[in-house]
Amino acid sequence: MREVVIISGKGGTGKTSLAASFAYLEGSNALVSDCDVDAANMHLLLDANFRSKEDFFSGDLAVIDEDICINCGKCDEVCRFDAIDVIDDQHRVDFISCEGCWYCSRVCPTEAISMVKQKAGDLFVSDIKNGSKMVHAKLGFAAENSGKLVAKVKQEAKILALKEDKAFVITDGSPGIGCPVISSLSGANLVVLVTEATVSGLHDLKRVHKLVKTFSYESVCIINKYDLNEEMSQKIEIFLEKEGIKLVAKLPYDDTFTKALALAQPIVEYSSDGELSTLVKESWEKIKTIIEENDK
Amino acid sequence: MKITIASGKGGTGKTTISTNLVSYLSTLKQSVVLADLDVEEPNSALFLRGDLEKEQVSYKMIPKWEEADCTFCGECADVCNFNAIVALSDEIIVYPELCHSCYACSELCPTDSLPMTSERIGEIKAFTSDGFSFIEGRLDLGQEMAVPLIAQTIDYVDENFKNHIKIFDAPPGTSCPVIEASRGSDYVILVTESTPFGLNDLKLAVETMRVLNQKFGVIINRYGIGDNGVETYCADENIEIITKVKNDREVAKLYSKGELIYPKIGHFRDSLDEIVTFIGGLKCEK
Repeated sequence: MREVVIISGKGGTGKTSLAASFAYLEGSNALVSDCDVDAANMHLLLDANFRSKEDFFSGDLAVIDEDICINCGKCDEVCRFDAIDVIDDQHRVDFISCEGCWYCSRVCPTEAISMVKQKAGDLFVSDIKNGSKMVHAKLGFAAENSGKLVAKVKQEAKILALKEDKAFVITDGSPGIGCPVISSLSGANLVVLVTEATVSGLHDLKRVHKLVKTFSYESVCIINKYDLNEEMSQKIEIFLEKEGIKLVAKLPYDDTFTKALALAQPIVEYSSDGELSTLVKESWEKIKTIIEENDK
Repeated sequence: MKITIASGKGGTGKTTISTNLVSYLSTLKQSVVLADLDVEEPNSALFLRGDLEKEQVSYKMIPKWEEADCTFCGECADVCNFNAIVALSDEIIVYPELCHSCYACSELCPTDSLPMTSERIGEIKAFTSDGFSFIEGRLDLGQEMAVPLIAQTIDYVDENFKNHIKIFDAPPGTSCPVIEASRGSDYVILVTESTPFGLNDLKLAVETMRVLNQKFGVIINRYGIGDNGVETYCADENIEIITKVKNDREVAKLYSKGELIYPKIGHFRDSLDEIVTFIGGLKCEK
């Protein structure tokens, strides 16, 4: 089993549309995991049926028992997150600010503060339209630790892929450079960097690639909307060459992306013979060849 | 007046709206400042040419082990709920990237062997441009937690720009970073696009704003592509649509080069006018 993780520092570059297309092309050979848990979208393109659901707990929340509390203010004194408010002469916890560090509950002289497990989100396993399965999640409100939920999604996907003897896990990664994306990358056999020919596309590509390099993952790149700004596209290509990153596709600025999206279909399903689809298919073949060569 | 520009989905045009809006407001002789709070991937400075005025390093506090008086009692590791401390029989190891700076280990240590020290997490840069200022928070690579830097960047802006209209360019998503960027604001503008992805993420963002009890409205960007799902949703939920920005390849081209849009594209400037009028209305309400 080989894992391909598709990421892009910047949002809106077409990462999810491409990841869903690869999954669609590979059919039942590939298990899909959506690690963009903060704003998960891939289930829309793959017609996920939310077959099973599991609660995901992460972190704790302080709760003050007002019958025992003597309002001494000790909790407020030690809290570094400004999470204790005094409302109507009663100390209360602001659940959005509480980090769940337990400090208040440890110093409370009357043991009025207990810590309760906080639900961070839901984890789903779904059947999808190409005959395979996907693992995905929905982060709960004001939940932190999306890095932990990402790790959980990946772990579930891996277990399921091994059990069902899948050739690939295709992972739609998180944006940014922080905890969730670091979690998304773990264990990747190949990272696909999706960027666009814009100044921010190049800027964010450089930053996220530095991160990928730090963890020594091999990466390839797809430049989307290359004809929007061919000069910028060339700058990106020069950067890729310097860093030894293979360019697997240059995709044109094409309405097909949006039209397919509006019908909730991967590009390769929407117009399977179109020019864009042909380029996407070729890029997936190239990615598979690179993985095969690395295995030798 | 503080306005946060946010969006559930990435790439909907948050930064395009923020940077053009702040520049346009300055041409209307308004005192205005922009803060880029997308500290993982800050991009505003690519579109707003400015001179670096001030630069400061941003820190978070972490415990630093001092061996001399340590009795290896293990209390520090016991009280840390983030697994950031491992207590061995002859060494205490701190993992700074897991530390939430709660101070519990440091202040509950019986021998004061874990004093808090500062560790660099990123930097805050202040630029001045033609008639306005902009501030950027930039998280160091390898740092996992964006929230402390977002909070510090907001504090910087609050302290230095008391009477300005403050525009905050928020990070994408709906979790902690965007909550931090939204909760102190007078109003949040959610930028979305009319696609199933845009709608899905808009709903998540709306849910978040409602729990925060935050006033908000919507801008539909790239209007004309996709479907009418977002409009129907906004009508059903009684959410105000502040403006619809037309889909236009020329806008995308200017963006790709790092140029501002409104000086060259009339319909884009018309949309900015609608936003400016809307903000004016908010000021009257205050």
